Amino acid sequence: MIELHDIRRTYVLGDEVVHALDGADETIADGEHVAIMGPSGSGKSTLLNMIGCLDRPTSGSYRLDGREVGQLSDEELTRIRREQIGFVFQFFHLVPRLTAAGNVELPLLFGGAPRGERRRRVAEALAAVGLSPRTEHRPDQLSGGERQRVAIARATVTRPKILLADEPTGNLDSKSGTQILELLDRMNDEGLTLVVVTHDPNVARRADRVVLMVDGRIARRMKGSEVPAIVVA
Amino acid sequence: MSVADLVLFALRSLLGHRLRTVLSLVGMSIGVGAVILLTSLGEGARRYVTDQFSSIGSNLVIVFPGRNETTGFFPGSIGVPHDLTLEDVEAVLRSVREVARIAPVVVGQETVSYRERRRTVPVMGTTRDLMVVQEFGMAAGSFLPAGDLRRGAPLVVLGSETARELFSGGEQPIGAAVRIGDRRARVIGVIEPRGLQVGVDFDDIAVIPVVTAMQLFNRSSLFRMILQIRSHADLETARRNVRQVLIERHDGEQDFTILTQDAVVDTLGTILGVLTLALVAIAAISLSVAGIGIMNVMLVSVSERTSEIGLLRAIGARRRQILAVFLAEAALLSTAGGVLGVVLGASGALAVVVLYPEFPAQPPWWAVVAAIAVALGFGLLFGTLPARRATTLDPIEALKKA
Repeated sequence: MIELHDIRRTYVLGDEVVHALDGADETIADGEHVAIMGPSGSGKSTLLNMIGCLDRPTSGSYRLDGREVGQLSDEELTRIRREQIGFVFQFFHLVPRLTAAGNVELPLLFGGAPRGERRRRVAEALAAVGLSPRTEHRPDQLSGGERQRVAIARATVTRPKILLADEPTGNLDSKSGTQILELLDRMNDEGLTLVVVTHDPNVARRADRVVLMVDGRIARRMKGSEVPAIVVA
Repeated sequence: MSVADLVLFALRSLLGHRLRTVLSLVGMSIGVGAVILLTSLGEGARRYVTDQFSSIGSNLVIVFPGRNETTGFFPGSIGVPHDLTLEDVEAVLRSVREVARIAPVVVGQETVSYRERRRTVPVMGTTRDLMVVQEFGMAAGSFLPAGDLRRGAPLVVLGSETARELFSGGEQPIGAAVRIGDRRARVIGVIEPRGLQVGVDFDDIAVIPVVTAMQLFNRSSLFRMILQIRSHADLETARRNVRQVLIERHDGEQDFTILTQDAVVDTLGTILGVLTLALVAIAAISLSVAGIGIMNVMLVSVSERTSEIGLLRAIGARRRQILAVFLAEAALLSTAGGVLGVVLGASGALAVVVLYPEFPAQPPWWAVVAAIAVALGFGLLFGTLPARRATTLDPIEALKKA
């Protein structure tokens, strides 16, 4: 359960104070699929990072499963990221020198899982995203869609409760994008809480709920099915 | 994360950035190699000279007339040094039991001739003991006969080159009659060639009994006396006792100088130590340059991998773990560079030894230890400083840096 109440996040840029989040409220239940939409600079990525414990609110309350995140130490936040949260980024952020398997192994490696277990779970995670035949390929030998699937395998190999995706299809062609979205949907069906930041209404339509952000606040809420589809001829 | 996993991860990342790794290894090993090679040369020079000096003979004390210190004017002291005489030699032999033997030495320049051939060489008056003290062998015949210090004889022993020059017609030197100045002498031996040795060239010389030489040069004082001490441990005692005996005989004045071989070698060792130090300084500069090279490589490595650091933070790697990864990389890199450098420097020293076998170039252990330690220190310091800064960056900021 993700509970955000009156979250504010301000940055100081030179002499200017930027209000990236300006009193956002939102509650996301376990297993929900939520899309965050909004124009550039509306604070949707900041909100996602906040949920992912990569950032801490300047004021307000963020409770994750009842624990107040703002009061946790850096070490505890790191632990939450490692055990409960998976991240998928627009630009994949794979380590170029490591193979698909090596990239997927990273969270387990730094989490201290023993070698045998790591190997088994990496194989499972890569199988789940349909990449079993390409485990020993390096990122530059994979297509964009395959790279994002490696990233999803890496995000889910620790079996987190929450998967956070920032424009997961923003850098993919529509066919690979659809495959990625179907994959995420399937994982959500299996109980994973899914929060997706997107510009694309076709991505948002798949969500249970959509929140629309403007100027650091949640301006509108709707059902995914209420988002108008954009048909590209 | 286990240590093995950590090292493996660090190793993979070094192998993954091959060019950068090779470049820093090259820089590092050249720096370390320079230190090792230069100190090897310095150490080789020191040992070469020390060896030369110890080949003069062992356990030696040298006494010569006059003081080598500046003296003021003392009322009652006339300041004219006493001669160092054969009586002094006998007195020392009689009363200092640590002294095994004494070779008195008188030296002058004189022309030695055989038939029409003439050659002006140093003529040394001494006794049979010189041969033992200076440890030289004979190419032919024998050295001066043993016996009474004061008995002169018309005998001469020639240096190998002197003999070769005078007897160039293929005649046998042994038994031949030569002239030294206006005196006749019979050649009884030729000294084995041994090359130049600190000061005295025993290859181009004529050696005659000490009394004969004193008459020849009309001298009452010895040029010096070379004392051989029974055991190295007694060197200092012997020096003191010799001094005592001679002062007594010279009316309470120390108008002579006593040198022990150790003191000479020590002085030279000090000089060469300074030389080595200078080489070390040069080497240290090259090592620092190598260190700065490592610093740059590490700096680039960390800034190139800022986004990787951000990613690792996002997927739940601890700051300490990330730091440990960079530390392990720096440690692997500098250890490899250090070892490679030692191998490089030692091979250089070996090449010198192969080319010049008489020059004992060998890396001193302290240089090996210091070079590796400095390499490691530089590597670890400059390897982790940028990483430490990068891990304190906001993970999101770090991630955005592609």
